[in-house]
Amino acid sequence: MAEKMLIDARGSFCPGPLMELIAKLKSGQVGDEFEVLSSDKGSAKDIPEWVEKAGHEMVESRQDKGVWHITVRKMR
Amino acid sequence: MASNKISIVVVSGSRERLQMAAMMASVGAVSGNDVTVFLSMNALLYFLNESSETAPAEGQVGVMIAEKNVPPFKQLFQQAAELGDAKIYPCSMAMDLLGAEVDDLDPYLQEPWGLTKFLSHASDAQVWSF
Repeated sequence: MAEKMLIDARGSFCPGPLMELIAKLKSGQVGDEFEVLSSDKGSAKDIPEWVEKAGHEMVESRQDKGVWHITVRKMR
Repeated sequence: MASNKISIVVVSGSRERLQMAAMMASVGAVSGNDVTVFLSMNALLYFLNESSETAPAEGQVGVMIAEKNVPPFKQLFQQAAELGDAKIYPCSMAMDLLGAEVDDLDPYLQEPWGLTKFLSHASDAQVWSF
C-alpha cells in the first residue's frame, strides 16, 4: 500500500530540500507520496522542475505562512 | 530524462567556488546528466584524509554560507556521486605535488586522472570551471 512521507527541510537552502527529497524517493516504492516542507523560495521552483524532468508526478504545491508544501508521487 | 555530458573542473579553494561547483555537480547528476568532476590545485586539499577543514570565504556571500543552513559542499559532492552517479576524479598532478596516495582520498572519489584523460572525456561535454 502506498505511503505518505513528510520531509521537513525548513531552514535548509538550495539544493538541500531537493537532495533530501531525492534521497527519500530512492528508497520509496512506486506510488508513495512525499511532502517536502521548505522555506527556500528557489526550491519551490526547482523541485517541480526536477519532478517533471525525472518523470515523477507533482501532487500539490502550496505556500502556507512562508512554508512551501510540495507533494510528489514516485512514478518509477 | 534528457541527458547531457557535464564536465566540471574545480581548482579553487574558496568557499563560494567550491559551493557553486558542488551545487552544479549534485543537481546536474540527480537530473540524469553524465557528470564528471575533475579536482585539482587547491580544491583537492579538501578531499584528502576526510578533511573537515573550512574553505575561506572570498566575500560576503561566502561568510553567509557558513552562517546559514546551506548544505556543505562536501556533502553535495558526495550526494552527486551517491545519488546521481557523478564521477569525481582527483588530478594526478596535484596528487603528486601533495604526495597524496589513493588511500588518502575520500571514499566517494575515483582513481586519479591525468589531464589528457580528462580532456579526452570532456571533448563532447559542457565544461564548467571553478
